[in-house]
Amino acid sequence: MSGAPRGPVFLARETYGRRRLRDLARMLPLFGAVLILLPLLRGADPAARTGGVLIYLFVLWALLVAVAALLSRRLADESPPRDGAD
Amino acid sequence: MAKRVLLIEDEPNIIEAICFILSRDGWTVHTHADGTTALERLAAYPPDVVILDVMLPGRSGYDILQDVRHSPQLRHLPVLMLTARGQAKDRELAERLGVDHFMTKPFSNAEVLERVRALAGP
Amino acid sequence: MVSFNLLVAVALAYVAFLFLIAFAAERRAEQGRDAWMRSSTIYTLSLSIYCTAWTFYGAVGYAARSGLEYLTIYLGPTLVMVGWWWVLRKLVRIGRTHRITSIADLISSRFGKSTALGVIVTLLAVVGTTPYIALQLQSVTFSFSVFAEAAGREWQGTELTVAGLWVAAGLAIFTILFGTRNLDANERHHGIVIAIAVEAVVKLCALLAVGIFVVWGLAGGVRETLALIDASPIAAWKPSGSRWVALTFVSAAAIICLPRMFQVLVVENSDERHLGTASWAFPLYLFAMSLFVVPIAVVGLDRLPAGANPDLFVLTLPLAERREGLAMLSFLGGLSSATSMVIVATIALATMVSNHIVVPAWLSARSDGAMVSGDVRRVVVMARRLSILGVLALGYLYFRLSGGGAALAAIGLISFTGLVQVLPALIGGIFWRGATRWGAAAGLLTGFAVWAWTLFLPSFGEGNLMSATLMAQGPFGIGWLRPYGLLGLTTLDPVVHAILWSLLLNGAVFFLASILTFPTPLERLQGAQFVNVFEHSPGPRAWSTRSAGAEDLLVMSQRIIGASEAQALFQRAARRQGKEGYLPDVTPAFVEALERELSGSVGAATAHAMIGQITEGASVSVEDLIAVADEAAQIMEYSARLEEKSREQERTARALREANAKLTALSIQKDAFLSQISHELRTPMTSIRSFSELLRDGGIGPEGQARYAGIIHDEALRLTRLLDDLLDLAVLENGQVTLNRQEGRLSDLLDRAIAAAGAEGLAVRRNRAREAAVALETDLDRLAQVFINLIANVGKYCAAPRPELRIEVLEVGGRTAVDFIDNGSGIAPEDTELIFEKFSRLTDQGTAGGAGLGLAICREIMARLGGAIGYQPGRGGAAFRVTLPAREALAAE
Repeated sequence: MSGAPRGPVFLARETYGRRRLRDLARMLPLFGAVLILLPLLRGADPAARTGGVLIYLFVLWALLVAVAALLSRRLADESPPRDGAD
Repeated sequence: MAKRVLLIEDEPNIIEAICFILSRDGWTVHTHADGTTALERLAAYPPDVVILDVMLPGRSGYDILQDVRHSPQLRHLPVLMLTARGQAKDRELAERLGVDHFMTKPFSNAEVLERVRALAGP
Repeated sequence: MVSFNLLVAVALAYVAFLFLIAFAAERRAEQGRDAWMRSSTIYTLSLSIYCTAWTFYGAVGYAARSGLEYLTIYLGPTLVMVGWWWVLRKLVRIGRTHRITSIADLISSRFGKSTALGVIVTLLAVVGTTPYIALQLQSVTFSFSVFAEAAGREWQGTELTVAGLWVAAGLAIFTILFGTRNLDANERHHGIVIAIAVEAVVKLCALLAVGIFVVWGLAGGVRETLALIDASPIAAWKPSGSRWVALTFVSAAAIICLPRMFQVLVVENSDERHLGTASWAFPLYLFAMSLFVVPIAVVGLDRLPAGANPDLFVLTLPLAERREGLAMLSFLGGLSSATSMVIVATIALATMVSNHIVVPAWLSARSDGAMVSGDVRRVVVMARRLSILGVLALGYLYFRLSGGGAALAAIGLISFTGLVQVLPALIGGIFWRGATRWGAAAGLLTGFAVWAWTLFLPSFGEGNLMSATLMAQGPFGIGWLRPYGLLGLTTLDPVVHAILWSLLLNGAVFFLASILTFPTPLERLQGAQFVNVFEHSPGPRAWSTRSAGAEDLLVMSQRIIGASEAQALFQRAARRQGKEGYLPDVTPAFVEALERELSGSVGAATAHAMIGQITEGASVSVEDLIAVADEAAQIMEYSARLEEKSREQERTARALREANAKLTALSIQKDAFLSQISHELRTPMTSIRSFSELLRDGGIGPEGQARYAGIIHDEALRLTRLLDDLLDLAVLENGQVTLNRQEGRLSDLLDRAIAAAGAEGLAVRRNRAREAAVALETDLDRLAQVFINLIANVGKYCAAPRPELRIEVLEVGGRTAVDFIDNGSGIAPEDTELIFEKFSRLTDQGTAGGAGLGLAICREIMARLGGAIGYQPGRGGAAFRVTLPAREALAAE
């Protein structure tokens, strides 16, 4: 409904950084999804060990949690999000 | 018979000064220091002249003056108003409310006496 | 050996404990002390109802049968959670903005508040959740039977069904008690949420305990466990690509679409920021829950007899190793998983059934249509209670019918696949404005039908609802309609087959029907509000409905009649109501006037519809919004330009107005101040002049002369004090004061102040030892000035026959404070605001009082020192609290 342009075209460094942070938050699940599917590629490999896949998945999982924790802390520091770019 | 003045004022030293000046001139001076009950006191004991301070505890002298002027019994009572707030608008307000004479503190003793005499009439 | 009775007693005690917690939480919430219940921790823990008995028992069985595939069920939700910025954030915002009560409500509301869609989603949810509830009943019943067996008594079929009935009845009572106690507008249930958070902790601890026991107690360490894994049947597992992708996708979708997950994620969310915490904390929880699944499965396969049910390894392993305590904990963990899921799922379903089926039916059945609000509430509560009973009864029925045979994992997946049929309508609804109710309904029905045909009905077992011939040859011999081989795709795994076809057809039909049909005006409006929720809704903080209404109206009016006109109109209306600013109360009279004004620009019908949309919020039944969208677009173009121009003027005008108001306020203040000063100066001057005239004119005896000279002297002193105070205050207020930092003890300073205050006849009660312990590092002379003032005030104003002053030292919020409390009559509550103002002497006791500057000076001093002074009501007499400056405060200046 609201078509009026808001905000300047060039953003202060801080605002710019925050936007990129949001971009990262958006991309995280896509990276995660691709990495979760990786074991499938090795599935045909007869040398693949279940234990190895298990460890790979849990390490990936822990990394996702850690990055998400970092991101949510940084994103929570901002004032209530009001970007119209969504 | 001595004429009666009611002094409505709350500063003890000023009360003492005015009492002294007027009694020496032969007046009977009654004093009253509280704003809220001043009107009842007036109605119960109408004096010949009232000296009314503005800043009184409980009720301001302006309010009392207004009630006096609206009271059928007291409306002709001569009122001399004293105030320490010497701005022009204070005087205007008092005059609009129907004061007979308005004086700012500090006053000269002679002037108070003169005014009271004048207000009491012959 | 754990006796079976002991087990039942423990289970009952545990449930009673949950009752208590839930009850206490409700009590606290009623008293408003519920801030901690709305923490992000509680929120995250409540999400753990995703991990049901299917996880607790079933994951191990799943791993034993299908290797690492069980992980997809937890990796999918992890992706959705860490990707909260995409979908969850939007869902939560929409849920809060539109007061969504369930997933059915969201779909119905998005598509023009369609009753039919609400009914469809509700039915889908009930049918899809029923197997899942059955699954929980089954696992609790099985876990009981495991203990019965261990105690030497094998359970027969009837005993299982009876136990299942008891479990279902118990759950129904708990849910009814706490789920329908109150009808909160936001559908939040504090008691339940707390109980679930506790259960979340219990089940996590239980599973971790079993896992740790298995890895370090039985296998002998991490390395040995890994070796065991490689030696076990699980090592031979090869991921099936289609199942891996399909299951990850379905479980990712399920975390949004499951009615119970929607309930805890969106409906029970009290603060959008909790989502950020949950985005990593909940995946962490899932991580912990999944960590020991494979080790338990492997060790179970290794140690337990070949025929043992892997779904119960979590229980049977500790029992076989004679660890009764651990087995008991594990049992409670399983019980927690099952009960928390059933409770929340039942509440979510009951809300949907009552809101979308029972209440609409009841309202339309009442011919008069007029209703009392109390009436509806009673019906709603009753409908919820009956729905809870109904849902649990259905779950029990499924449990009986399916015979408790199928593996837990299979039932869970059937349920997931059914419930994620909402996904296309949900995602389409919040991201695509073109989605229509016809599209949503057609897609949902298609997906539902395909799911039922390819997965749900066959799940009852061959020959039960679908004959073996039908399964093998299709209905009436039509081969391409075979449940497990639609269009001849027979090579696929049945679950993947069902997921693929149901969601594919569902999505396609949803899309096609949406672009072929035309949305109603209300749908378009709702669609715009949902899709652009971040532009329409206020921030995540709380906001007042009333002023938001006025603001919304103002925003809309500005777009239609131009910014300055609209603002003038609103300002006039506000002034007429006696308010400042641009936002009048939204009274019927104001709305009527506004509508008239707007109809001049856009026509009466449109104006009525637009205002109705905003003022009536949820209850719009307007079908005449047709022209709104196009007209509004043009108006917006026009008004955007107008707005830009008038905004500049508006800013200037506002700045001027504000400056003017500030000047006026300043001058009024200055006037009052001057008037006060005049009075305070002239009063002593009057006495001085009058008595000095008397002395000058003579005729007064020696006694009188001495007395009058004394009065003159006193009044001159009073004048000097007043001038000193005024100067002091002026210096303090202008901040020109230089502070002189010294060190000292509070006790010494108070000694000095009491001596200097010169209040004879005043009894002072102190605790000198306590005072001596307080080291001061500040401007001691200034602080002493404050103390002297307070003590002297007691001497002047305390009306008690025997004035008494208590001085108490205490710690308040990490700072030291000194209280001065007298035994007089105190200060009237309405005056406590005033006493620190200049010239605020309350009772005029003539020369006894100062000019009323003392407390104002005290306040300025304490502010300069970095401390504070305040009045404390309700302490017996007049009580002042001096909060001492923090020790660094002065150093920092």
